[in-house]
Amino acid sequence: MTNVWVICRKELRSYFASPIAYAVMALFALIFGLVFFSATREFVNMGFRSQMMGGSPPMNVNEYIIRPLLGFAGTVTLFLVPLISMRLIAEEKRNGTIELLLTSPIQDFSIILGKWLGAMFLYLFVLGMSMLNIAFLFAWGKPDWKPVLVAYLGLLLQGGCLLAIGTLISAMTSNQIIAGGAAFFVSLALYMLSWFTEYDSTTALRVLNYVSIVPHMENFSKGVLDLKDSVFYVSFIFLALFLTARQMESLRWRS
Amino acid sequence: MISVKDLSKRYARNTAVDHISFEVEKGQIVGFLGPNGAGKTTTMRVLTCFLPPSSGTATVAGFDVLEAPLEVKKRIGYLPEAPPLYLEMRTAEYLTFVGRLKGLSGAELRHRVDTVCDRCAAGDVKNKLLGKLSKGYRQRVGLAQAIIHNPEVLILDEPTAGLDPKQINETRDLIKGLAGDHTIILSTHILPEVAQTCEKVIIINKGKLVATDSVNNLQRRARGAELVLVEVAGRNGAVDSAKVRERLEKVAGVGRVAFKEKKPSGDTFEVESLKEKFVRGDLARAVVEAGWNLNELRTEAVSLEEIFLQLTGDQAAATPGAEASPSKETS
Repeated sequence: MTNVWVICRKELRSYFASPIAYAVMALFALIFGLVFFSATREFVNMGFRSQMMGGSPPMNVNEYIIRPLLGFAGTVTLFLVPLISMRLIAEEKRNGTIELLLTSPIQDFSIILGKWLGAMFLYLFVLGMSMLNIAFLFAWGKPDWKPVLVAYLGLLLQGGCLLAIGTLISAMTSNQIIAGGAAFFVSLALYMLSWFTEYDSTTALRVLNYVSIVPHMENFSKGVLDLKDSVFYVSFIFLALFLTARQMESLRWRS
Repeated sequence: MISVKDLSKRYARNTAVDHISFEVEKGQIVGFLGPNGAGKTTTMRVLTCFLPPSSGTATVAGFDVLEAPLEVKKRIGYLPEAPPLYLEMRTAEYLTFVGRLKGLSGAELRHRVDTVCDRCAAGDVKNKLLGKLSKGYRQRVGLAQAIIHNPEVLILDEPTAGLDPKQINETRDLIKGLAGDHTIILSTHILPEVAQTCEKVIIINKGKLVATDSVNNLQRRARGAELVLVEVAGRNGAVDSAKVRERLEKVAGVGRVAFKEKKPSGDTFEVESLKEKFVRGDLARAVVEAGWNLNELRTEAVSLEEIFLQLTGDQAAATPGAEASPSKETS
């Protein structure tokens, strides 16, 4: 376990020693900030309008701002996560430092878990940028904090899945650009899968719909903490990390 | 300490290492010699558990690389051909990270970082970014990382590649200094390096073991024997080369005679003397007294290079030089 922590700390440090961490955080803060701004303005306008018409304002901050915002954040992370995950193993392979890791007395799985955890921490920091905006709502309004927490948990789990896939793909190539691009396409495919399968009811499509990571987000963004979805995410993460370990193993045998 | 038996490593299309066996005793420095692509790096990667062998076994300190890789890895310090440095880290930070990977912590770790920095003369770049270091310093930090956990076995893949002559000397001294406490295998294709640092040489070519011998034995060959090229012609042109050969072999002190080539001017023979014998005078007299013309007589130095080329050259099997391959040591 200490080994996992050693690797994790090193990863996190590498992120912040390069522009990646700052770039991803800034990009996310910018996009989220813009959307936050327009969503809040819309909300305020709506409030004014309904007041002028004499009705009482439908003032539910959770329903009108936080939920769509965090849903949108989930979509944005689809694009940002590959930027985080692409270097994880590909860079080590390119620089030859993988030889150091694989000849050190650590299990392969500890290396992979440590790397994924390091990426998770950066992802947490990225999500943290949005919390600044949400904090404004808490300062001036009275949103319910519990669904917000659950939504963030959902974002974290969904990001964890995407990062685990990204780690797997990063282990397959020594080219970061390819790792990033492929991770992006797989994320996109998993995201779009739900569009086509939503209204169908054949078994195959229901399975596909279940595998798509996005529908599992719905309950979380509504503030419903469902064990079924949590289990799905956690097992998805472990499956992907397990496959990464197998991939590293097969690399040794084939290379 | 290290025992390799019948080790092979096959890649998809080619065989990098083909049934090699050797042993390394505790505390020895062994030079792993071979041209580029001979399979040196592959063998080292198998020993460090980076690659699994296709067949055969390799054990380090009694632990099999396939069955107990973690135990093997604990006991090995490895410097790959390119030092595995994280260029965005600082020297001390990097060494601390590697130390943690190898299982060190706390005061012991801090102490080891200082020790290896001093030992590898990298103390003055402790707080510099690895990316900003010169090639020589990177190599030193690479070496420092290999010895951070004070491993029993050190495996160094071309530790002096790409360094300038001064740095090469420093690195050699450093490696020699490490010899007492560690068993060291270093690979190289530079011969003097082996002569200066190693006690034993393992020569491989195209994945096959060509020779294992002590450096002293190889050098004795190189110093002691004389290699003479003799061109002989009959008084009126052609000469019976079998007869000449027979005559030359009879000269006192001659160890080996080989027919080299037939030229219009005469036949060339390669004559190797026995150890510490000088045979040029007697050769000349023998040729002339037999009634032949002596067209040319010159010595060729037998150097380690010569032996190496003989052993690893393409025609190794075809040329007579291969017959005289160094006696195989079983130790």
